[in-house]
Amino acid sequence: MTQLTMAKAINEGLRRAMVDDDKVLVMGEDIGKLGGVFRITDGLLDEFGAQRVVDTPLAEAGIMGTAVGLAFRGYRPVVEIQFDGFVYPAFDQIVCQVAKLHYRTRGNVKMPITIRIPWAGGVGAAEHHSESPEAYFVHTSGLRVVAVSNPQDAYVMLRQAIASDDPVVFFEPKRLYHSKGEVDLGADLADAPPMGLARIAREGSDVTLLTYGSQVAVAMDAATAAEDEGISIEVIDLRSISPVDYRTVTASVRKTGRVVVTHEAAREAGVGAELIASVTEKCFNYLEAAPVRITGHDIPYPPAKLEKHHLPDLDRILDGVDRVLDRPNSMSGVIEP
Amino acid sequence: MTTMHTLTPQTDLATDVDDVARLVNEDGERVADPELERWVADVDVTALQGLYRDMTLVRRIDTEGIALQRQGQLGLWAPCQGQEGVQVGTARAFRADDFAFPSYREIGVQHVRGAKPADFVIAWRGEEHSTYNPYDINTATPQIIIGAQSLHAVGYAMGIQRDGTDQVAAAYFGDGASSQGDVNEAMIFASSFRAPVVFVCTNNQWAISEPVTVQAKFPIAGRAPGFGIPSMRIDGNDVLASLAAMRWALDHARSGKGPAFIEAVTYRMGPHTTSDDPTRYRDKEEVERWKRRDPIARVEALLRSQNAFGDDFQADVAADADRLGAAVRAAALGAVSRQPIGVFDHVYEEPHTGLAEQREHFAAYLSGFEADAEVGR
Ligand SMILES: Cc1ncc(C[n+]2csc(CCOP(=O)(O)OP(=O)(O)O)c2C)c(N)n1
Repeated sequence: MTQLTMAKAINEGLRRAMVDDDKVLVMGEDIGKLGGVFRITDGLLDEFGAQRVVDTPLAEAGIMGTAVGLAFRGYRPVVEIQFDGFVYPAFDQIVCQVAKLHYRTRGNVKMPITIRIPWAGGVGAAEHHSESPEAYFVHTSGLRVVAVSNPQDAYVMLRQAIASDDPVVFFEPKRLYHSKGEVDLGADLADAPPMGLARIAREGSDVTLLTYGSQVAVAMDAATAAEDEGISIEVIDLRSISPVDYRTVTASVRKTGRVVVTHEAAREAGVGAELIASVTEKCFNYLEAAPVRITGHDIPYPPAKLEKHHLPDLDRILDGVDRVLDRPNSMSGVIEP
Repeated sequence: MTTMHTLTPQTDLATDVDDVARLVNEDGERVADPELERWVADVDVTALQGLYRDMTLVRRIDTEGIALQRQGQLGLWAPCQGQEGVQVGTARAFRADDFAFPSYREIGVQHVRGAKPADFVIAWRGEEHSTYNPYDINTATPQIIIGAQSLHAVGYAMGIQRDGTDQVAAAYFGDGASSQGDVNEAMIFASSFRAPVVFVCTNNQWAISEPVTVQAKFPIAGRAPGFGIPSMRIDGNDVLASLAAMRWALDHARSGKGPAFIEAVTYRMGPHTTSDDPTRYRDKEEVERWKRRDPIARVEALLRSQNAFGDDFQADVAADADRLGAAVRAAALGAVSRQPIGVFDHVYEEPHTGLAEQREHFAAYLSGFEADAEVGR
């Protein structure tokens, strides 16, 4: 075990994947000499050369479309999108080509592309640098979508994503890039929990709190705070949001009877909506209260000085917990339609 | 730089369909073009007859496709009549291990690459998105998203570079596609990385109802040099010029000099697709003018002038076309739909628990009908 930041863990994951398989190459803007704007690809150019660490023209559709061609040719491209808000120009290539080529060719053409996206807010960034676009990709069949929350998962799941013959959209919470944790660099991929499995980050018995990526740390803080009030929260770090590990989720909900979902992304038709719909279908008779979503507001991402009012924090999560427990809360006395 | 046509920036040149390089004129006479003709010095009468046969077969696939659509056997058809010259000519220049990325209209490219009768109709019938395995004929599944395949060809070419082989990838797209970001990004990537890729822009004058002047004021071939890519503007209704230009372009890319670009000036004689009504946007005279430039008639005239278009040859090609037409028809009529549960196949390479659950539910739902049928029996 080694103490590493998430940034360094991802860097190690890339390096190991490139050592293991010479078909793996990384491509993106500024990822060569600079090592990427977050330095995630630091040192890779020196070690693997420009044929495998490709500084691309500044064109996201171009990056994604050429990655498709490389995959056609048997390569395993790992694409870095510089920031979440810049994935949109590549959206067509992702949803129409990356996601569908395997299906369109009846399995003859594989698309083992990993799309790394430094993701979400909380770092005081400029406009278009704090987006949470995950629902667009979860809604697209043919993609796998994961969001990591700690250095160990970042290291292992990245290697699993690269090794997967399916395309994987890999969300890296940038506000956790510098948070440290134990990483087992010698971890054998064969022994590691599969990318699609959820992790019970904290056991509890009163409320199931579902979340992923950037919100896991906030949810953990909320659970600690709730404990002081005698409320036991089970926090589930979904890790994979397509597919969702409903076995773990429903087991928890059947135990607690109460569900709160939290994510940074806006609420309307978001991942939380899907989680609650599915949990309701699967566990309706176990539910003691209507499930609650604590999400970003349905607004364009606000200016940095106001983002703290947009991002679900400990208090808003605890308010949601109060709602599912029917304790006094922000909605008390509010008559909903 | 191997620019064969010096293009000076003037407006309204995009519509000048005669500012092109050619080897055979509208009357089927050989004309001199020192740059082009050296690439086809080996093309003798037999080879020319082969090109004639290819084009005639492609036209037959096309007419059969239209008929099948009109008879309700296909949902849609995108005709290629008039474009056989550029499709056959360029595709015949490929080496078997080169890789083509065509659009939906490149029937002739698919034919030359070795597509089977079913491969032309199964997708338009709505049975499958694609029948052939792209790796069997080194040709990607035809692309419907305009221009997207140009980037795939460049990426594939970047893979060729990394593998250190001397294959070439090629992207086919239309004049409309030349406005897409993907095509322009493809040229930037290709040029920056010197990728061994050839761009074939089939300028058939129309993008559904929009004339080429909506996409370009200056010949599309003139854009490529701005990306650092040498280009040629050729008569796309001249199969020999198409073959020659593509040989030049492939040789250029294969020898490590980077990408090349061909604008083939041609005309889509029929509607954009069988759903289109071209009488709403173009006049009869235009179509009549282009009839005079027919790529097949042109080669027939050339062969006749060389006493190489006898009755036997003509009958033999016609019989060949009849056989192929019948095979295409049989493939359409004999198509068998996949089992309903098959829609779940190949969405993912590895098991996906969410989809696996849906599949199970749908299978159980379907088996309910079977149980009903049992009871009813
Ligand atoms: C991205 C995209 N936009 C629009 C369409 C609808 N569409 C299909 S074909 C076409 C015209 C294409 O014209 P061109 O590129 O010149 O090729 P042609 O069909 O003439 O061969 C359009 C607009 C599409 N398929 N893809």
